[in-house]
Amino acid sequence: MDHIKIGFFLANRQVRRASKWTTGLIIFVMVLTFLNLTVVSGVLVGLIESSIKAERQYYTSDVLLSTPDKKEYIENTSNIIEMIKSLPEMEMYSPRYSEAGTIEANFKENTKVTDKEVSGVVFTGIDPDTENKLTGISKFVVEGSYLNADDFDQVMIGSLFVKKYSPVEAAGFTALNVKAGDKIRITVNGITREMTVKGIVKSKVNEVSTRVYLPEKQLRELIGRDDYNVDDIAIKLKDGADPIVVKEALIKAGANKYAKIQTYEDAQPKFLKDIKDTFALLGNMISSIGLVVASITIFIVIFINAITRRKFIGIMKGIGIHGNVIEISYVFQSMFYAICGSFIGLLILYGFLVPFIDAHPIDFPFSDGILVATVSGTSIRIGLLIFATLIAGYIPARMIVRKNTLDAILGR
Amino acid sequence: MIQTKGLVKTFIDGDKQTTVLKGIDFRAESGEFIAIMGRSGAGKSTFMYQMSLLDEPTAGEIILNDVNTKGMTQDEKGQFRLNELGYVFQDYALLPDLTALENVALPLLMQKLSKAKAYEMATASLERIGLGKKINSLPSQLSGGEQQRVSISRAVAHKPKILFADEPTANLDHESSNKVMEIFKELHKAGQTIIMVTHEEEYGRMAERIVRLDDGRIVQK
Repeated sequence: MDHIKIGFFLANRQVRRASKWTTGLIIFVMVLTFLNLTVVSGVLVGLIESSIKAERQYYTSDVLLSTPDKKEYIENTSNIIEMIKSLPEMEMYSPRYSEAGTIEANFKENTKVTDKEVSGVVFTGIDPDTENKLTGISKFVVEGSYLNADDFDQVMIGSLFVKKYSPVEAAGFTALNVKAGDKIRITVNGITREMTVKGIVKSKVNEVSTRVYLPEKQLRELIGRDDYNVDDIAIKLKDGADPIVVKEALIKAGANKYAKIQTYEDAQPKFLKDIKDTFALLGNMISSIGLVVASITIFIVIFINAITRRKFIGIMKGIGIHGNVIEISYVFQSMFYAICGSFIGLLILYGFLVPFIDAHPIDFPFSDGILVATVSGTSIRIGLLIFATLIAGYIPARMIVRKNTLDAILGR
Repeated sequence: MIQTKGLVKTFIDGDKQTTVLKGIDFRAESGEFIAIMGRSGAGKSTFMYQMSLLDEPTAGEIILNDVNTKGMTQDEKGQFRLNELGYVFQDYALLPDLTALENVALPLLMQKLSKAKAYEMATASLERIGLGKKINSLPSQLSGGEQQRVSISRAVAHKPKILFADEPTANLDHESSNKVMEIFKELHKAGQTIIMVTHEEEYGRMAERIVRLDDGRIVQK
């Protein structure tokens, strides 16, 4: 205990009386290291996290009920909606109808079979007001306008099917030369009709951009769904409600006999989960390199410090100061640099970077990247940084302290 | 009491071996003030480093206060130096980040004295040598003479049995050297055992006894 006290005393005096520029520079390096540790992995994870967040906000909502495998729709929908309405956690819900079909653009001009612009699509019937309240989909309309409940023979097309927004040609997929106001021909359930493109919706959430929307009343008529059985129901919960609890409540009420019940996490596409894990791994790898660089920096700083103070280390040993005390003093110095660096880094991270990137997300093709810096993750990184710094400070101090005392005093 | 028996120190540099101390038998009683003198390269500093346990002799024994130091570990030697010995170096050897008071208090803290007690003793020690007003000065703010007086203060604050001084006046002007030697004489009068290496006859003569070395051997006891 005495060794620790005296080690702290020596470290305190050495740091207080060291050059402020040198101390500032070392702390600056530690701040950069801290930011490297947290921001690089935070942005990589944030890319996917924001994608998942968007998927939840704009498509699945908190809980998603969908058509079970080998079924055509959610049977007994009216009862299930009654169950949903009775949930105390429920804020709102939006039932959706889905049916596969095709859309054809420029059908008057392209009369030859080989020239036809036809694309296979999924028609989604929505109550435009409810859906918009739940997902805010109308803000993604980039051309034309959003649907109204009483629109007839009007559709809103996902941007993936529009050549202007999706200029990629792939085998089996045709993007159409179409704009808001154009007439297209839709075919669904064997029925073909001419409709007007009321709007084009473009979102980084794939599920939003790869559908063709029309008011549920007309789609229901087209596909002959007189029983009001829907294909999926997105449920938005009140703030603080746990989707898992709601999922379990629905299962307990027997809704799982008719629908696949998933929380937003369950409903994430598998590739997103895989990418998230891969990016987290990549982030950790890059952070590890940052940690090694920080360790080497501290090692060099402490080594140079100890080498230039070799004579004084020798004198301390000569007058009977135990080697442990000197080593501890260097460990405390390293700790000081790491703690100061982490503290300033924390201020920059939570005081500036996280709110700034939240307000101005990084524009990536598949998501609006945010910076994910969880308190637990950041705490672990601070712990790692301090631990690595301690080791990096201890080793050079030990190397110098172990030198012959008289050689150190005489500078031999 | 200090005693050396057949003390040999050989330095090895590659194939070259240089024997600096060639079997020195020496004895100093408690309370003696001894000046070790000799021309440059005679081995006087090397002799003092062996006696003061700062270095490891090639052969021979060193007995300090009836304790045979042969076979002591480095930690034991460190503890012995802390409790029983005091050092004054030619270039003062003060720690630049510590004030005069902290420099003097450091070995006392290491001896597990409370901070208050260590600072009290250090202050008293500095006041005795006339530096009471400079206790909060850093070494860089002190003159050479003042630094050496702080160094002496540090060496004696914990009341060591033996005080070793290696050319304590070598870097000082005449006035400062005289002040330092006055302090040594007062310490000796108070019963302090002092072993001082010097090449200056004027200060050597102030000691109670002169031991002269030449070519690694004592030529005058």
